[in-house]
Amino acid sequence: MFGGLIASYIVFRLGSSGWHEASAHVSVALGAVNTLILLTSSLTVVQAFAAAERENAPALRLFLGLTIFGGLGFLGIKAIEYTTEIRAGFTPGAGIFWSFYYTMTGLHALHVLAGIVLNAILFLAARVRTPRRVELAGLYWHFVDVVWIFLFPLLYLS
Amino acid sequence: MNQARAGTITAEAVEHHAARGFWRTYVFSTDHKMIAKQYLTLGLAWTFVGGLLAAVMRWQLAWPDTAVPGWGEIGPEVYNMLVTMHGTIMVFFVAMPILLGAFGNFLIPLMIGARDMAFPRLNMLSVWTFALASLVLFVSFFVPGGAASAGWTGYPPLSARPAYTGVNWGLNLWILAQALEFAAFLMGGVNYLTTAIILRAPGMTFLRVPMVVWQQITAAALFLLSVGPLIAGAVMLLLDRTIGTSFYAPEVGGDPLLWQHLFWFFGHPEVYVVLLPALGAVLEVLPVFSRKPLFGYRWIVGATIVAGGLSFIVWAHHMFISGMDPRLAMPFSITTILISVPFAYIVFAMIATLWRGSIRFATPMLFALGFLAMFIMGGLTGIFNGSAPSDIYVSRTYFVVAHFHYTLFSAVFFGGFAGFYFWFPKMFGRMLSEPLGKLHFWLTLVFFNVTFFPLHHIGLAGMVRRIANPLQYEALVPYQWINVVSTVGTFCMVATQLVFALNVVWSLVAGRRAPTNPWEANTLEWAGPLAAAALELGPCAPDGLLRSVRVQPAGGPRRLPPAEPGPGASPIGGARYVDLCGSARDPRYAGGESRGVVVPRVGDHDVRRPYRELHCLPPRQ
Repeated sequence: MFGGLIASYIVFRLGSSGWHEASAHVSVALGAVNTLILLTSSLTVVQAFAAAERENAPALRLFLGLTIFGGLGFLGIKAIEYTTEIRAGFTPGAGIFWSFYYTMTGLHALHVLAGIVLNAILFLAARVRTPRRVELAGLYWHFVDVVWIFLFPLLYLS
Repeated sequence: MNQARAGTITAEAVEHHAARGFWRTYVFSTDHKMIAKQYLTLGLAWTFVGGLLAAVMRWQLAWPDTAVPGWGEIGPEVYNMLVTMHGTIMVFFVAMPILLGAFGNFLIPLMIGARDMAFPRLNMLSVWTFALASLVLFVSFFVPGGAASAGWTGYPPLSARPAYTGVNWGLNLWILAQALEFAAFLMGGVNYLTTAIILRAPGMTFLRVPMVVWQQITAAALFLLSVGPLIAGAVMLLLDRTIGTSFYAPEVGGDPLLWQHLFWFFGHPEVYVVLLPALGAVLEVLPVFSRKPLFGYRWIVGATIVAGGLSFIVWAHHMFISGMDPRLAMPFSITTILISVPFAYIVFAMIATLWRGSIRFATPMLFALGFLAMFIMGGLTGIFNGSAPSDIYVSRTYFVVAHFHYTLFSAVFFGGFAGFYFWFPKMFGRMLSEPLGKLHFWLTLVFFNVTFFPLHHIGLAGMVRRIANPLQYEALVPYQWINVVSTVGTFCMVATQLVFALNVVWSLVAGRRAPTNPWEANTLEWAGPLAAAALELGPCAPDGLLRSVRVQPAGGPRRLPPAEPGPGASPIGGARYVDLCGSARDPRYAGGESRGVVVPRVGDHDVRRPYRELHCLPPRQ
């Protein structure tokens, strides 16, 4: 799905002018902070898996908590971005760039939310279950991360 | 009969699970066989709806703007809805659940010697997601404004703004139903692939799995790889409709062609997602009723994969007149014509399988042959559609409608019925009535051609698709008789399906009980004991017991000699069952259970035979 969106984005990006002006209105600083947060949360989710393998329940909870915190922080900053942009009049209907911007980041945010729920379920499970679960949730989290790695340059730095 | 002997070969390894309650057995079942039946039931129910829509549509075309009995008059808006929903239902809610959902779920584990799918609970989620999609689509008929009416392809800008079709919620629900349906078959596809890759019985190598399994997993792979872009496109379409994005709105920098590219990038592989399982069913039926091994097994596998790969680079042949860059027409024409090579190979392999066989014209065989004949017809008209110069002339006419009904209808109906009649005894433990089955076949064949053959002619005469009243166009008035003929054919064909319905109901209630291997087939699913009675298919799946294939009698693929009595003789005269995998000789598997598969010890196996003799392949010339 993201592949299809990104491919469509590239086709439009190559075929249209005036892209710079539109994309100049997004906040590169906030986007960069978000990238940093998300990458760090990928680190903590690996730490969580390592803790699960050691059957170290407190460490597992700590790192899962940090991951969830990172995800929530990402969504919070994303919400601030959305608010400022919409206040400035850049709604999803403001042009083709903004259509892509809201669709891609919005779908990504939904995936982040799903990842947070997933990690929260593991967090609330309270005891070390099979490390496999933590590993799979971690893989999903990395996937969300990788998608953002593509979205950030495409949308913020174009 | 030697069928009784076949039963004695079958290992008796029935496990007795604790009986589960009604809900876990029939409704929220994780058993792949019950899930297959649930898909089958939903698919057949939708066939009724889709056929009804087609009949009403044909009435309007034959006798425009007269009241349809029991429905009333149809305006252009309702006609658009009929066209849209007929296409959507037949492709996504009939062909896929029956050919993939039912056959795939039922056959893959049985044929590769697995107890169940790799992810049984995911399988249950898949069928229930599909049920939810069905519900959403069904509800969309009754929302204000009616169901979707932007064509089954949903091209923007028509579909991108509610004002253009006057349908708001109907089309939104249509998108939602599609998305749910895709999710269901994504789960199914992951399951099929995983099952076929990791749950094959020991010794069941990839080049030993039955052909239909190959076709099913190729279809699943095509679906997995192609559906993502369409879901992305559907999200964009939904957002265009609801929150005012402008992906498909040219006035603010969008491009309606984007949808066509995304849709057909999925849509062409989707054609093969539907076709391949039907092709696989036919490829299973033909050898059994010709009493000959399948011709060129490995080449068919290769051709299937090549066709699947090529299907990703042909999509723009649906778009020759769409306004895309005309320089693209030639490369896409070439790839499109290229794709006929593997399919021509498969068709020739089918014919070669029949060559000098001892053909039995049982109902499954009749439908398989009907598929072969009709599919060749559709393939030939495909060449006209595939090359840009002729397609520009016939594009969006009834010639194209005739073409894809000859290919898809032959796949879904003839291929599907071939499989249905063939595996019905395995599914329900009863035989279908042969006389009724043959009547059903001949009437369907005749009326299918009465319905669709004339459409080639009226298409070339200039009647384009999706017009609600051909009499508004003076040039078409002299050809109106063709529409009448086609409509009468449709009604007769719909009526013919009553024979089928009668046959199924009667056979389920009072049909002859099926022997273990009624068709004397040699694939694995027939080796296990049959389900005792209809719907008595609990979680105890006594399947996957005997990996057995037929050894060629000396002298190559000639007519097989009559069965000789004696120990070890197989239901197929002169041939023997052998333990395909040699598992009995393998200390890891000897006599025990491994990976959930019961490995019986059956006499008369010789694992040192060369592989190609073990397989259903003709010896090298």
